[in-house]
This record gives sequence, structure tokens and C-alpha cells, in this order.
Amino acid sequence: MSVTITVDGRELEATEGETLVEATARHGIRIPTLCSSPEHRSVATCRVCTVRVNGQVVAGCTVPVRDGLTVELDTPELRDLRRQVVELLFSEGLHNCPSCEKSGFCRLQAVALDLEMTSSRFPYRHPRREADRGSARIWLERDRCILCHRCVDQVRDPDTGDRVFAMVGRGPGARIEIDPDRADRLTDEQVANAVELCPVGAILHKGRGYRTPIGQRPFDVRPVRERDLEAAVDD
Amino acid sequence: MRGSPGSRGYEDLPEAIPSTSGRERSGDSLYRPPEPGGPDARRCSTGIGADRTRLLDMLWDLQDTWRYVPEPVLADLAPKLGTTLLDLRETASFYHFFHDRYAGRHTIYLSTSVLAQQCDYDAVLATLERETGTLIGGVDPSGAFGLFETPCIGLSDQEPAMLVDSIPFTRLNSAKVTSIIAGLKAGHPAVELADPEIHDSRTVEYVDSLVESNLRLPGVVFFRPDPYPESFVERLLTRPPEEIVEILAESELRGRGGAGFSTGVKWRMVASAPGPERYVICNADEGEPGTFKDRVLLTRSPRQVLLGMIAAAYAVGARHGILYLRGEYSYLRDYLEQTFEEFRARGLLGTGIGGRAGFDFDLRVQRGAGAYVCGEESALLESCEGKRGTPRVKPPFPAQSGFLGLPTCIDNVETFAAAARVLEEGSRWFRAVGTEDSAGTRLLSVAGDVSWPGVYEIEWGTTLGEVLEHVGAPDAHAVQIGGPSGVLVAAAEARGRRIAFEDLPCNGALTIFDPTRDLVDITRQHLDFFVAESCGICVPCRAGNVELRDFVARLQAGRASRADFARALACADTVRRASRCGLGATSPKPLLSTVEAFPAAFEAKLVDERGPLLASYVEDEAVVPADVYRSVREGRR
Repeated sequence: MSVTITVDGRELEATEGETLVEATARHGIRIPTLCSSPEHRSVATCRVCTVRVNGQVVAGCTVPVRDGLTVELDTPELRDLRRQVVELLFSEGLHNCPSCEKSGFCRLQAVALDLEMTSSRFPYRHPRREADRGSARIWLERDRCILCHRCVDQVRDPDTGDRVFAMVGRGPGARIEIDPDRADRLTDEQVANAVELCPVGAILHKGRGYRTPIGQRPFDVRPVRERDLEAAVDD
Repeated sequence: MRGSPGSRGYEDLPEAIPSTSGRERSGDSLYRPPEPGGPDARRCSTGIGADRTRLLDMLWDLQDTWRYVPEPVLADLAPKLGTTLLDLRETASFYHFFHDRYAGRHTIYLSTSVLAQQCDYDAVLATLERETGTLIGGVDPSGAFGLFETPCIGLSDQEPAMLVDSIPFTRLNSAKVTSIIAGLKAGHPAVELADPEIHDSRTVEYVDSLVESNLRLPGVVFFRPDPYPESFVERLLTRPPEEIVEILAESELRGRGGAGFSTGVKWRMVASAPGPERYVICNADEGEPGTFKDRVLLTRSPRQVLLGMIAAAYAVGARHGILYLRGEYSYLRDYLEQTFEEFRARGLLGTGIGGRAGFDFDLRVQRGAGAYVCGEESALLESCEGKRGTPRVKPPFPAQSGFLGLPTCIDNVETFAAAARVLEEGSRWFRAVGTEDSAGTRLLSVAGDVSWPGVYEIEWGTTLGEVLEHVGAPDAHAVQIGGPSGVLVAAAEARGRRIAFEDLPCNGALTIFDPTRDLVDITRQHLDFFVAESCGICVPCRAGNVELRDFVARLQAGRASRADFARALACADTVRRASRCGLGATSPKPLLSTVEAFPAAFEAKLVDERGPLLASYVEDEAVVPADVYRSVREGRR
């Protein structure tokens, strides 16, 4: 059913039930997202898509559209809030773009640039998290993990459907664990998908790397904003 | 679970690891418990079958049997439950009371609550460490004692307190601790030391021998003589279910878990939600630090709570129920189950309740395992399903899609008890008590710097000043209302304010601090609590609370500038607004509300930036590699 919503004073046609992020994208208005993208849904973990709907601050990816929603997106207060969330991630983890294989593919890097973040206002914590190299196929580099939960939800054993990744521990001690035996049974395509699914450089394909030269990588060529809008329209 | 198995290093290729049991566990005590074998994995699922939703019960069984949750046993269990080892570890690792390393023949949890720290905590801890032979967080070399910290265990009116093998010991001092540990060393089980007269654990005498109820002021709604259950149910059945829902709606009873949603409206939503079955769940995961009124309600009035649940089951058409009991209250389990048994014997639970063919309802106790966030209703549902207590994205709400996706009526202990009372006395009677927006009464768990800590029932609308007078708090300086997730107010300014949803909402705790208490330190302790209890899935709560806590710690160390202060307050606002669930939304409140009520306490500790260096700059930290610095600092502690 077609409904009307208002985004920053602009009236838009939308389809009831689709998410706010999807609805606005079709009109060329992008709500920044990190843990979800047009290709991959999420369980609303990153909160980078935070907007104000009918006066309440909510994650845009969780809001089903209905008639008459009034949305504030591009206000100085909300822009700063979204940037703070991304800055928190840079402080919490260890994100060293120049030495990372995913630079140019990395959604965190692209979104940070999009939000015009130059450095984090919070002290960098320089955590030391152990990498898990137990799988013959996948290298799990936890320093960069932002616990988006995508790999936990979406990477499955091809035969049994069992999960390959899981989140263990809790709070700041939470971390992603990999089931190496199941990881080793993944097809090449599945491993490539898992790497692509990871919005940072935490899941890496062993034996492959730096195949695309720096400067020719997706986000080197086109900003995340344009890519997301294009993908949303294709959907 | 505390501690973590080291992840595999570069040299440990998969084939080099014969089985999951081969993992190195650094930091283990010298004592090696017997290596668990296969048969016992089966043992733990006996009676529960292969029901994945009962995973918490199985993990408790393993923890109690082995004194930890051994990975080989989990690996054995996984295929029986149709899942993987990693999946089971994912759940087990979420809960504080499940350990992945041996946690001692006797596992001791010392409450680290703010109120414990204000009693004889340091002396108690020192004695415990000396007598058990281990530092807090470890197991002694003989394997006899594991000693751990735990947040508030619901005994704020009798701190310092600890749990030994799930048995509570209260009002601790050095002499008492020495004698308890000596008793354990002499081979006496903890329960015999706490209850030398050895009462039947199914009786209220047993519970009373372990903890005090400290019921100071019963009112018109709670702690009345129990209604005669048969006549209650008989009267219930004289009305159609829709009418029960309407009576609740007209009474304007609001949920007592914190959100204050209309109970009648909730029951109506559940009753009208489509689904093959419905559930009624009682939230007895009373984890808010400083709160203990549900413990007392379950001790003194379990029948009233149960009648409320039966009424809900009748009203919404539920056949099954769960009472989710926080792990810290495990000593109430047998007593509650005995109450259920008694009701079954009287035909008030089971099939054909009250002689009405087709009215079937029964319930079980689900024991939690140490996770504050499980008090959040959707996290509680996940936990009931045997999973991590990660809150769900709403909508859908539990009333539409709750336990196992079925419409679920989930209410707090106090709400069910109040609902039973509403049905006894009628909605008009109930609405006449309290205020315009807050009908009825409120149970308060009062503790801290007061003469008579304990449970008080007050009419909504009572002023804070009246309460303070009543509980004996002439020196009240600051009052924490509703625990750390509520607000801290200055007693002098808030005396005239009314405890009611429309003024000072309170979800059950009233903690009083006199002028000698360090409010900045209390703020830091409360933030520590939220850091530890965050489920970790969303960024603002997981990462933001660490920033807030670290800011207060730097402030205490004299290393925070005015710019740091402004940044922390902005971050607090972001955590409050952008978090994924109620825990994150309330977690910055210790900072925000304490700053609002006592700005000078913070401003006095701010320092000026020195030249080009940040106030937070510490030369030691800057020039020593972080890990070396950390190990040196750990060593010093």
C-alpha cells in the first residue's frame, strides 16, 4: 500500500511495511548504514542509521514505514550522534586503514569518510585481541571486528545449515568465534561471500589478498553514498 | 562464563588439535578436576530430554556437577540437541554463573554492590581471600574454593552478603567469614552452615533461616493474608475472560517492571493476538541493584503472585507459564515449586482448574544464571529459549510474538500480585488508591544510610520527604530512585516531589546516601555495572559505556578537563538515545542524573589542561608498551 511520509520537510511516497532506510533510498535520500546495506540486512547492531521519527530517536533500519511518519534525518544534532557512534568504533577497535587488505572495500572506512570523520574524539584504546587463524580457509582478525553480527546470522555450513560464526562472551568482552571445521567445509564462493559480508577487515580469505590494486577498489572509485543509493534502486 | 579459552595460535593448525578438549587453559589452578567423560553428558539431559529450550537448566546441571561447564561435555551434548559446540558455547559464555574453567568445589560470589562497599566489604574480602587461599577471581591451589565478584544479589538490606554454592550468607564480618570457611573446610555443606536447624528447603522457614524479609510496612495491596485460593479461582471463573481483562484495564494498573505500561491493555493485546498457544511469564529476574522487594514478595506472598498468573492465563487463554527466577535467588526455587505442587494438589494448576473443563494451565521455574539484561522482557524470552540474553528488535512485541514466537503475557512479580488484588477488590477500589496517573501502591526496597532498611509499601503519590522520614533517614543527602537505571536526586531539593509515574517514577528501589558518601565514586561503580552487564551487541552501549566509566575514573584520578567533561556528557546522551534496548537507554543515567543533581561534585575534580598535553596524558602509559604497563599494573593490585 502506498503511503506518504515526511523526511526533513519533504513529502515522499513509500510502501507500507518497507523499512525507512529502503523507502528513503528510492527517493535518493540516503540514511547512512553500517551493519546493514542494501544487499545485507542486519539485526540493528551498529545504530549508525539513527534518525528521529515522530519525535523519537530510533534506528532507521528497524522502522517499518506507515502513513504519516515524520522523519528528521539531516540535523546537526543527529549528524553528530551518528558520527559519535562511528568514532566509538574507531576508538574501541584497531583500525589501521593503510595496512588493511580491506581498505577500499571496507564499509566502516567508507561510512566514516561519508560522515566526514577525520579522527575519533574518544581516546583510542589500542586493544589487543587475538586473531584466530585456526581455519585453513578464513583468517579471523578480531582487532577490526565491529560485532555487526552479520557473519553470525548469515554464514552457514553448506550441508547442515549450522552456523560457522558465533558471538561469545558479553559486553566489551564479547567476540566472534569461528568453527574452523565448518569454515573449512565452505565452498570458495561462500568464503568470498563471507569476506564480502564482513563490513570491515575481520574476515579474510586465506591465500588471497591485494588482488585489486589500491585506487581501483569499490569505495576508492565511488563513495558509499552513491553505491548504496544505486543498489537500493536496483533492488 | 568468566575467562575465555585462548583462541588458537598460528602454529596450532586444525589437524594438530585432536579434540576440543586439548585446548590450553592458562591460569588454571594446580588442581585438576576429573576429566569429564561421555556418560555424564547424557546424565545432564535426563528428564529434560533433547529440548534445546532447556539449555540453561542443562548448563546449571553441568556447572553444579563439574563446578564448571566442561567443553568436552558440551561437545557431547551438542549433537543430541541438534546443534554445535560453538552454538552451546555462545549461550554458556553469556552467563556470569557458568564458568569455562574449574570454579572450585565451593563457588563463592561476593556481592560488590555499592551498598556492600559501604559496609564492611574490604575486611570481608580480605578475610575471604586469606581463609580460602585465593585472590578474588581465582581458585585456590587445592581446588576447594573459587572466589568471584558478583553485582547486587538482592540483599541490599543485609550487606555485605555472598552466595556460597547458591546459598546466601548475609551481614558478613571477618569473624563470620572465618567460621563459614572453617565449616566448609571441615566438610559441612554451605546449606548446613546457613541453616543449622536443617529445614526442608520447600518451606518458608528454610528461606527465613537464610535471609531476612525485613518487611517494614505492608499496605492495602500487598502482604495481606493470602486470599483463599479456591474461592479466588471460583470467583475468577464466574466472569468471562474478556471481563477480567476489562477489570484490569479499568483499574489502571500499570506494569511494575519499570516501563509502566497498562497491564489490562497488555493482557488484551495477548488475548487478541493470533497464535496456536499463548504463554504467561512472570519476570522474577530482579536484577536492578538495590532492589529486593520481589524476593520478599515471593517469600511472603507466593500464592498471591501465582493467583495473578492464573488469572492472566485465564484472561489471555494461556496453557503454559514460566516463572523466570534470577539465578541469585536459586534458594527460593524449591519453596516456589512446592507452592506450585500445593496448587496442583488443590486442583488450581493442571487440567480443569477449579473444576472448569478446558481451563488448563501449568508452569515451571526457569532459573536464570547471572545476567542483568535478562530482566529486559525480550532478553528474558531469549533466555527462556535457552539462548543468550540478547534483547530482540521490537516490534514485534512479546504480546504479539514472545516465547517461541507465541503471544506472551510477561509481567513483573509485583504486577501479578497487584492484579490478583485488583480482582479481589475490584477496579474502582484499586483506582481510588494512589494518584491520577499511578493507581494503587508501590513496593519500595529501601536500603543505604537509613535506620530501618527493608520493604515498604507506599501509596503512589507519597512525597519523598514522607518516605525518608518513615524509613529513618534524617541525614539523607542523595537518594537513588529506581536503582542505577533510575535517577539520583538531591534529598534537600526533592523532598516535596511525589513518587509517581507523573513525577518521580520508581521501579522499586530507594537507596539513600548520607553526606559522607562519594557520589562520583558511586557513579563510577554504577557505570562499571552497566559496562559488565551490557550484552555487547550494539555499539553505543558496548563501547559508549566504557567511555563514560573511563571518563569518571580519569576524573577521580585528577586527569579530566572541562572539554573531557563536555564530551562525556554528549556521549552519555548518544548512549541514551541510540542504544538498542532499555539497558543502554538507561545506562548513562548514573552520570547524567548525578551531574544534574550534584554538578559541583564533578566540577570540583576537573583540572586545567597543562600546556600542549591533554589532561588525560600520563607519561608512564605513553612510553611503556600498553601490555607491559597493564601487567605491571595488575601485579601491583
